[in-house]
Amino acid sequence: MCNSCGCALNGAAPGVHGHDHHHDHERVTVITEVAAPAPESVEVLQRLLAANDEAAAHNREHLDRHGVLAVNLMSSPGAGKTALLEATIDALGGRVRIGVIEGDLETENDAARIRAHGVPAVQITTGSACHLDAHLVHRALHQVPLDEIELLFIENVGNLVCPASFDLGQHHNVTLLSVTEGDDKPSKYPVMFRAADLVLLSKCDLLDLLDDFDPQRAAAALQALGRSTPLIQTAARRAASIQPWLQWLETALARHRILAARRNGVPHAALEL
Amino acid sequence: MTQVKCTRGPRAIVPFAMHELAICQALLRQLEELVTRHGASGVRSVTVQIGVLSGVEPSLLATAFCVARAGGCARRAELIVEALPARIRCRACGAEAPAAPERLCCSMCGAGDTQLLSGDELLLRQVELSVREAVPTCAIPAAAH
Repeated sequence: MCNSCGCALNGAAPGVHGHDHHHDHERVTVITEVAAPAPESVEVLQRLLAANDEAAAHNREHLDRHGVLAVNLMSSPGAGKTALLEATIDALGGRVRIGVIEGDLETENDAARIRAHGVPAVQITTGSACHLDAHLVHRALHQVPLDEIELLFIENVGNLVCPASFDLGQHHNVTLLSVTEGDDKPSKYPVMFRAADLVLLSKCDLLDLLDDFDPQRAAAALQALGRSTPLIQTAARRAASIQPWLQWLETALARHRILAARRNGVPHAALEL
Repeated sequence: MTQVKCTRGPRAIVPFAMHELAICQALLRQLEELVTRHGASGVRSVTVQIGVLSGVEPSLLATAFCVARAGGCARRAELIVEALPARIRCRACGAEAPAAPERLCCSMCGAGDTQLLSGDELLLRQVELSVREAVPTCAIPAAAH
C-alpha cells in the first residue's frame, strides 16, 4: 500500500511511492481514524408488509363505511374468473348491485367484458407486477361508485403464488381451481389455498371429458390444509350450476349487512348469524 | 431454523414478476425509516423471519435484496433470513406438532381443523444500524515528495 496516500496498490514497498499513477499528494490529507462504535441493534418485530396491511385496513374501512362487501377472486391464469363473474352478474344483477375491479398485467379487455354486462368496472394494469396490492386497489376504489353498489369483486392477477401474500382490504378470498388443472393444486400451492375462505371448482361441465381430475382428490388435498375450507362446483356456461355459489354470496351479503347494522347500533342486528 | 444469507453481488438477475422484490422494497422503506429515526448512517445487517407458509421464498428474497438494496441506506447490509417451519395445534384434541406445508391436519387424531402456531411469519425482526461515520479529528498535509 502506498504510505503517502494510502491507496491500496499492490507492489508499493513501505515508504516508497513507486507506482506510476497520478494523483496530487499536496492535497492529500491523513485522517486519523476513530474507532467505530459498536453498531446499534434494534429489535423491530414488524410485518414486512406493514405498509400494505395499513392500506388494506384503510380500504376495508372505506368499504365498510359504504356497506360494500368485497370479494377477492384468485386463481391461475385461465381458470375462468372473468367468465364466472359474467355469469354471476347475469344471475344476480337484478337483485344485487355489483361493481368490479379487474387486475391484469396489460389490456382493458376484462373490464370491457364486465361493462358489457351493465356493471361498473375499473381496470388496473400492473405492467410487470404479478399481483394486486392494497395501494393499487385504493387508487381504483376512488373510481368505483361505492354508493351505488353493495358487492365488489376484485379479480386479482391470474397467479397462484404472489396474490396470496397481499391483503387488499377484501372481506373474503375466493380461489378458483379449474378442472383442466391438476386436482393436487391445493397441495402444490398451500399458501394460496389456505388463504381461501371458499374454493370454487370451475369448468365442471368439462369433468365428463377429463378422466384425470377427481373432485374428491381435490377436496382431500384442500382439507389436508387444516382450514375446513368449503369447496363448491361451478360451470360458468351452465347457469343452473352456479346456484350454490350464488347462495354462498347471498349468505355472505346478508351476514355483512347484519355486521354493518350492528356497527351502527340497529336493533335487528341482534339476529343470530 | 435455517438461515439464508445474501452473498450474491448486485448484478444478480431477478425475474421482476415476483413478489419477493415488492416485499424487499417494503423492507427497504422500513429500513430507511429506522435509519432516519435513530440518526444512523446505514444498515449493517437485517434479520427477517420468513415462515414456510408465508408465500415468500427465502432464496428469492435474498436475491431480490441484493438488487433492491443498491444505492440506499442498506447498500452494504447483510440480509439474514430465519426460515421458520410450520407448527400446528389441533382444535379437536389439542395436540401440537410440526407439520409439512401441504399436510396441516392433525397427525394425532386426524382432525382437519388446526391452528397454525408458526409458519406464516413475514417479519422484520432485528436491524443492526451503523452509527454516523466519525468526523476527521485532524487533517495533516502529507509531505511532498
